[in-house]
Amino acid sequence: MIGADVIIKCLEEEGVEYVFGYPGVAICPFYNSILESDIQTILIRTEQNAAHAASGLARVSGKVGVCAVTSGPGATNLITGIATAFADSIPLVCITGQVNSELLGSDVFQEADITGAVESFVKYSYLVKDAADIPQIFREAFHLASTGRKGPVLIDIPIDVQNAPVGRFRYPDEVNMRTYKPTIRGNMAQIKKVLKELSRAKRPLICAGGGVLLSQAEDALRAFSEKHQIPVVSTMMGIGAMPTEHPMYFGMVGNNGKPFANRAMNESDLLLMVGARVADRAVNQPDLITENKVLVHIDVDPAEIGKNVGPAIPLVGDARHIFEDMESEEFVCDDREWIQTLVSYRESMQPVRRPNPDYVDPAAFIRQLSEAMEEDAVYVADVGQNQIWSCGYHIVKKGRFLTTGGMGTMGYSIPAAMGAKLAAPKRQVVAVCGDGSFQMSMMELATMRQFDVPVKIVVLKNNYLGMVRQYQHFTYKDNYSVVDLSGSPDLSRLSEAYGLRFMRQTNMEGMEETIRAFLEKDESVLLECLIDPMDLV
Amino acid sequence: MQKKVFQLLVDNTSGVLSRIAGLFSRRGYNIDSITAGVTADPRYTRITIVTSGDDEILEQIEKQVAKLVDVRDIKELKPGESVYRELALIKIRVNSARDRIDIFAVANAYRADPVDVSPGSITIELIGDQDKIDAFLAVLDSYEILELARTGIAGLSRGVENVTYLS
Repeated sequence: MIGADVIIKCLEEEGVEYVFGYPGVAICPFYNSILESDIQTILIRTEQNAAHAASGLARVSGKVGVCAVTSGPGATNLITGIATAFADSIPLVCITGQVNSELLGSDVFQEADITGAVESFVKYSYLVKDAADIPQIFREAFHLASTGRKGPVLIDIPIDVQNAPVGRFRYPDEVNMRTYKPTIRGNMAQIKKVLKELSRAKRPLICAGGGVLLSQAEDALRAFSEKHQIPVVSTMMGIGAMPTEHPMYFGMVGNNGKPFANRAMNESDLLLMVGARVADRAVNQPDLITENKVLVHIDVDPAEIGKNVGPAIPLVGDARHIFEDMESEEFVCDDREWIQTLVSYRESMQPVRRPNPDYVDPAAFIRQLSEAMEEDAVYVADVGQNQIWSCGYHIVKKGRFLTTGGMGTMGYSIPAAMGAKLAAPKRQVVAVCGDGSFQMSMMELATMRQFDVPVKIVVLKNNYLGMVRQYQHFTYKDNYSVVDLSGSPDLSRLSEAYGLRFMRQTNMEGMEETIRAFLEKDESVLLECLIDPMDLV
Repeated sequence: MQKKVFQLLVDNTSGVLSRIAGLFSRRGYNIDSITAGVTADPRYTRITIVTSGDDEILEQIEKQVAKLVDVRDIKELKPGESVYRELALIKIRVNSARDRIDIFAVANAYRADPVDVSPGSITIELIGDQDKIDAFLAVLDSYEILELARTGIAGLSRGVENVTYLS
């Protein structure tokens, strides 16, 4: 047995089913050993997308996503994907091959100091120097990635370590890291303080962030909100923490959010931020959410509490455990008047759109599409105007809404949708992107075809980098610079080249039938929707 | 802006110092000085960092450092409850025998020791807290300092109350 065999055994012990990656010499021992295993390998077409696909898989399965690439450019290409997962706290284990350990530091062919390069985007990184350490390192890496505040962990393994003979394999039963002990359960005294404030509050509100989904606290949140009649808003990463049509859900906050959601935040007298970073796009002026209200900040990462805003009550712990612990305590909180106020805001403050009838209206289209999608479908929004429309109009029933809110990496949706589909083959998975973001990942159409991953793709086409165009419209008075996407391929011929079914919709006429045909079979389809190039989110 | 001294107990692994230094630089925190050395238990390294910032920054520094996987413990070494020491080596130009005698006299008053006497220069070793070293350097203002090496402070809390017991 050699080091590479041990790595594969570790992945098997961790229950890994898929590895996304791209081989090169420095990772070849690994890709040779994996042939003996039941673990499926997916040859992604560029390394960045290996991390995105692993992210999609992790978010839908709740398990750690795994990717494996070669040294040098393979590893550096992975960085954007790692940084994306880091910003959104997605658990990944990223394996990179490395040049022979004796040559480290001598700038040989395809050598890159990847542990150094990713330092600020990973939860932790390892450079394996001895094959005997592999089981311990993998055990720790999966533990680190999937506990506390989740995130990517990188393991860099020189080729000689992968090839080194190893006596026998024993996977550690438990992981004992002297310096890493995340707080999962909330402090009971703090929880009681929160409940006391809740029972006193007249206008309580929960703002759910991505942490609610990461800790799988959706059911607990919903039960808590329903039982105590506490309304909920969410950040972009928190969309889907509550079904979007739930009577107690009042939309996404932030500068791209719903006006009534922001108003609810401003008027609340007790705000529970749960698993949210209080970052600039969600909370533009952090000082406002401490004015005239009691702010409770619940997060598994103590460093997030107080980073952007100083809460009255800090509460460190995992969202699911905290909701469960709060549920075990008795308290009364029921204020009809507040909820009625919010309902009236929701009715009267709906944003008004004046869609151009010559084109597909993205808002109406997304609403119709998500209504027609299966209950537990996975919807992956890319980045740009398409993302904001998706956030505003997609309906989450019992499914998932995935997007990258932290890093905002264009091209995320297609690889992430592939990962999601592999994690849940029975669920409908739809990726919605713009023509800019589509072209950042369109090479993955080949991967979809090769591995038969029936993801459905919508391209909202306006021949512009719409979000930047919109910014230039407002900020530079329509002085457009480098946002014109002329030269984009004919998507019908592109689909044909990749053997994909293609559909096109130029306006809203017959949309219902198109959506029905688009969703009908469990097969890959590319639907192009022409939207007004001058439309604004 | 205020100054704080933090004491860290970290895993003695390769790259730990670069992880800590990297955290400070990418988040824009100040490092006035940093010292590191292995503890009585060779699995751990003790690091003393002198940093400055407002209350919020200092709180973030403590939390962000604590979050690093290799960091076992971080605590503040408060001035009244701790001892700090720094070592400085100061090479001073001497032009005459008179200079040498004068410098010896000042060094003696500060309990500093000459560690090298060469033609044209004298090197003094001084141990103390940062104020003492600053004061000594101020006294030497009229001389030409050829080279100066300061270690940055190492510190420990007083008494047994704040000891982190390693097992």
